[in-house]
Amino acid sequence: MENKLLEMLTEIRPEFDFNESDDYVADGYLDSFDIVTLISMIEEELGVSIDGLDIVPENFKNLESITAMIQRSK
Amino acid sequence: MKTIFKGKKISGILGILPETVSYFDDEVNNYTFPVKQTKRLKKIMGFESHRLSKPESFASDFCMFGVRYLLDNELIKKEEIGAVLVVTLSPDYYLPQISNTIQGELELPQDVICMDIPQGCCGYLLGLMQSFMLLDHMPDKKIVLCNVDVLSKKVSKQDRNDFPLIGDGASVSVIENDPSAPDIYYTMYTDGTRRDALRIPAGGFRMPCSEETGKVVDIGDGNLRALDHMHMDGSAVFSFVQEEVPPCIEEILEYAGQTKESIDYYMFHQPNRFMVRKLREKIEVPAEKMPDDLVTKYGNPSGVSIPLVITDSVGEALEKDKYTCCLSAFGSGLAWGAMIMELGDLGFCKLVESDL
Repeated sequence: MENKLLEMLTEIRPEFDFNESDDYVADGYLDSFDIVTLISMIEEELGVSIDGLDIVPENFKNLESITAMIQRSK
Repeated sequence: MKTIFKGKKISGILGILPETVSYFDDEVNNYTFPVKQTKRLKKIMGFESHRLSKPESFASDFCMFGVRYLLDNELIKKEEIGAVLVVTLSPDYYLPQISNTIQGELELPQDVICMDIPQGCCGYLLGLMQSFMLLDHMPDKKIVLCNVDVLSKKVSKQDRNDFPLIGDGASVSVIENDPSAPDIYYTMYTDGTRRDALRIPAGGFRMPCSEETGKVVDIGDGNLRALDHMHMDGSAVFSFVQEEVPPCIEEILEYAGQTKESIDYYMFHQPNRFMVRKLREKIEVPAEKMPDDLVTKYGNPSGVSIPLVITDSVGEALEKDKYTCCLSAFGSGLAWGAMIMELGDLGFCKLVESDL
């Protein structure tokens, strides 16, 4: 799943190497609209529904936190 | 605050749109972000078109248009009016107030109460609350409640965070006493510790507009805006809405002795399509009961969104039949609230386009 997420992140912000950051939000890789875009892609391509309460910056820090959020949403 | 209003009803709602339509596709090049990235938001957020007031049209012009429309079409008589309330975050001036302008220009009786209320997203619920309270002291009069905002004038056109979603508009509602009207259930909350999530830093007495506050700069997120401009912290507002609104809806349903299923329509404030859809998923109500396309068609007109979504989506139905509706608003303040009331058999409930 991490590879798929990496593909989505790179499609959203191709100018960044997402392997080089541990906190995408703090490092400016993702803004709030990028997060919304990522959620839509996750919901559409992975078939999971993300609870609105989970849409907080902490859950989008890195691949690990995004993956954990998806697992909780299944 | 949690209370029940007795013997009150809305007897008509008029929604008013500006004439100018601006399209998201034509604006994508105004932003510093790659076009492909920006265009993706069109589908997700529902950005299609929004209505913008003309440079020479201001809040009082929309109110005058609406109240004149009611008088000219004999939907209300001057002598029936007990108060004119104007709820807006975009007044023409600090002084005089817009309600005074309406009273003077339309030569309304001098015993009409005139009051402007500076509120944003929750402005319709707060305006109704104020109207219901005034009616307790005006048994034979009607309240003219104007909700209006032209906030596009205070948003940077190079700010992708705020400009695509903003819309201008107005509504004029008539509220009156009716001893046979069902009870109206109301709850409202405020958390001022989170007030900076929506703000216009400059333009008041503390920070007057100046050459300095008018300078448009990148504040670090790629959006270009000045201190004179409105800004919304999207993440903070989103979290606030998802956290506070669903329990508020549960509370008002229980208070009113209603169930999710017994409510005919959920007419909610319309910040953007994504946020309304996530809220709808959380509350678990069907899409046909909760419209979410106001931002797509007209933009988010702050406190005017509830009357606009009502007139746009169920206006004709409300002129014929009665429905149990749950209204909910949330945003600047930060404030949030809900109201359950019967809406229907309205003398008028329509959306009109102005030349403003």
